[in-house]
Amino acid sequence: MTNYLLFVALPYLSLGIFLIGSIYRYRSREFSVSSISSEFLEGRKLFWGSQPFHWGLFFLFFGHLIAFLFPKAVLAWNGQPVRLLILEITAFTFGLSTFIGVILLVNRRLINRRVQIVTSKMDVVVFVVLLVQIISGLLVAYHNRWGSSWFAAFITPYLRSLFVFDPQIEGIASVNSLSLKIHVVSAFTIIGIIPFTRFMHFLVYPLDYLWRSYQQVIWSWNRKHIRTSRSHSEGRQSTNN
Amino acid sequence: MDIRSQVSMVFHLDKCIGCHTCSIACKNIWTDRKGAEYMWWNNVETKPGTGYPTKWEDQDIYKGGWEKNGDSVSLKGAGKLKGLKNIFHNPHLPVLDDYYEPWTYKYQDLFTAPEGDDQPTARPVSLVTGEHMDVQAGPNWDDDLGGSPDYARQDVNMNQLSAAEQEAMFQLERMTFFYLPRICNHCLNPACVASCPSGAIYKRGEDGIVLINQERCRAWRMCVTACPYKKSYYNWHTGKSEKCVLCYPRLESGQAPACFHSCVGRIRYLGVMLYDADKIENVASVPEDQLVDAQMDIYLDPFDPEVIRQAQLNGIADSTIEAAQKSPVYKFVKVWKLALPLHPEFRTLPNLFYVPALLPTMATVSSGVYNSTSQSLWNGIERNRLPMKYLASLFSAGNTDKIVEVMKRLMAVRIHRRGVTVGDLNSSEISSAMNEAGVDAETADAIFRLTSLATFDERFVIPPAHREESIEILESTADVKGNTGFGFKEKPARGL
Ligand code: SF4
Ligand code: SF4
Repeated sequence: MTNYLLFVALPYLSLGIFLIGSIYRYRSREFSVSSISSEFLEGRKLFWGSQPFHWGLFFLFFGHLIAFLFPKAVLAWNGQPVRLLILEITAFTFGLSTFIGVILLVNRRLINRRVQIVTSKMDVVVFVVLLVQIISGLLVAYHNRWGSSWFAAFITPYLRSLFVFDPQIEGIASVNSLSLKIHVVSAFTIIGIIPFTRFMHFLVYPLDYLWRSYQQVIWSWNRKHIRTSRSHSEGRQSTNN
Repeated sequence: MDIRSQVSMVFHLDKCIGCHTCSIACKNIWTDRKGAEYMWWNNVETKPGTGYPTKWEDQDIYKGGWEKNGDSVSLKGAGKLKGLKNIFHNPHLPVLDDYYEPWTYKYQDLFTAPEGDDQPTARPVSLVTGEHMDVQAGPNWDDDLGGSPDYARQDVNMNQLSAAEQEAMFQLERMTFFYLPRICNHCLNPACVASCPSGAIYKRGEDGIVLINQERCRAWRMCVTACPYKKSYYNWHTGKSEKCVLCYPRLESGQAPACFHSCVGRIRYLGVMLYDADKIENVASVPEDQLVDAQMDIYLDPFDPEVIRQAQLNGIADSTIEAAQKSPVYKFVKVWKLALPLHPEFRTLPNLFYVPALLPTMATVSSGVYNSTSQSLWNGIERNRLPMKYLASLFSAGNTDKIVEVMKRLMAVRIHRRGVTVGDLNSSEISSAMNEAGVDAETADAIFRLTSLATFDERFVIPPAHREESIEILESTADVKGNTGFGFKEKPARGL
């Protein structure tokens, strides 16, 4: 029963809240969609926390995504022990960098008076779930080694089954690792709270900047195309007489 | 040719009395809010000085503006790759302490303090943390050369001067200063717009005002870095960047922006300039010594029939073209060539022009006596107290010839008017000064008039915003012709 709640109900609930919540927040409260930056109030410490944290997270996120989407490729890569070792050590390093980053960030929020002023209750929640997520991840990586290989056997089928609406939780439920279970549960929790926190900002990462033109000029109306009564469009007919 | 119209400005520095009325007018309307207390969309600096934020002109520190890159320009500290790479931490962002920590006083303590032997005091408290603080800096901390060893001598423009020239400037009897009021320049090649990863900043097509869409701003703060004038500010409370809006709601209803309207010295002029948008990239990319001339070339003659025709084709309203013809900015900048852009080497093509200060440069001191007889008043630009190189570093990307030309013209107007009103100069002296500057009596009188006697409507020529037509944003009025008014809910059909 608990397993069903944690590995079936929670994921669907979280994904549902995430989808509806973030679309709603983006469309009706766009003003709030960002991460309120505090670099202006404190810049030096932020550098040492934010850079390792975000870059670590960035690579870990794509690592997980690749393992989920292309498990066979990852297994093939891991076919040679050296490559497996390289992969695991790299991933663990990113994990550590994320961990160190988040610790420095928490510390900065705790001790800097100015940053405290702009810290909300949800920011505290964000730090707690991040700490749980990162620490459990590191524990898994350490105690249940070679995750990049067993991921394909235990996690990928489970996640896939969720996405095809045919949840198979035997695999995940039978795993004898508390930290792994915590890692999965807290991951879904994070997804669920995205719409209520500053996590929203990763959804608006401005990739489109790469292909837009540098300068932006907006006309509120285009005099060249204003239609006069002579160029009257036949598109809409009067309806009331 | 792609003609657009731009609301542009001239500040006449000889007339600025450094009263900060403009800054207060702006503050009261726009930035008297939480998170914006430290912002001065309009600020007035003493020059020489380090300004606000401290040393904003030093792009080795702040990496603002554009730099020449082959035939084009690229952003110095921002841009597509640099911006996205530095998105987790913006390395060149000025922080609160580079501006100053805003504060207020605990006035309530004056009323609520218990009775005692000492006078109650209102202690300063930070507007950020609410805690007691010792005030260390403010937005005009170096006003009137206050603390000049720390401020005036650190002025980045001093780098252009030799050590001896710098020393000369700081001899007590030669010391001089002038005020530099600054607002956003509503640039033709705005670095803030180009640096915004979210595309939240844009230039309005109709009048060229640069605005930040508060809904779209995502707090990446790239504009704060990219604007070389540091006129885009980050609101730490709302997590949005904000900047001077040139009081567009006032402009749209025909009123001058608040800082212009309230200016005590009447130093400010506002009017439309027509320019050719196709040339922006070329002009921004010319070598440094040609920047001023190239920028002057981009502005078009609003009396030229071809320009008028092209402007009309581009949808510019006749009333706007008429405003461009009457524009005081056009006269100062193009016709009389008296006003120059601030730091053109930042290559944003700013639309705020300055008539450099002449006055504090005149008169001499000999054996401790301030000599203001007519001989010493007109003793030549080379003997000015402010070195031309210093002014050139501010207003012409180091091109001293440009400054000397302007100074000569300003001087010629003075000499001419001195001849008219006081009459103590001989006519050959007057005509040689006028010839050298290439100014005739009629022009000199016109310059004098617009400088000293201009009325409100001559100083601010604001084109109508044609809001009556703004319904066209939403729908074509022609399409719904015949649809409004009294109607029937049912069709007049009988039978099937
Ligand atoms: S002065 Fe700065 S903020 Fe204003 S338009 Fe130019 S680059 Fe943008
Ligand atoms: S109000 Fe006018 S005179 Fe006074 S400081 Fe501002 S610009 Fe100068």
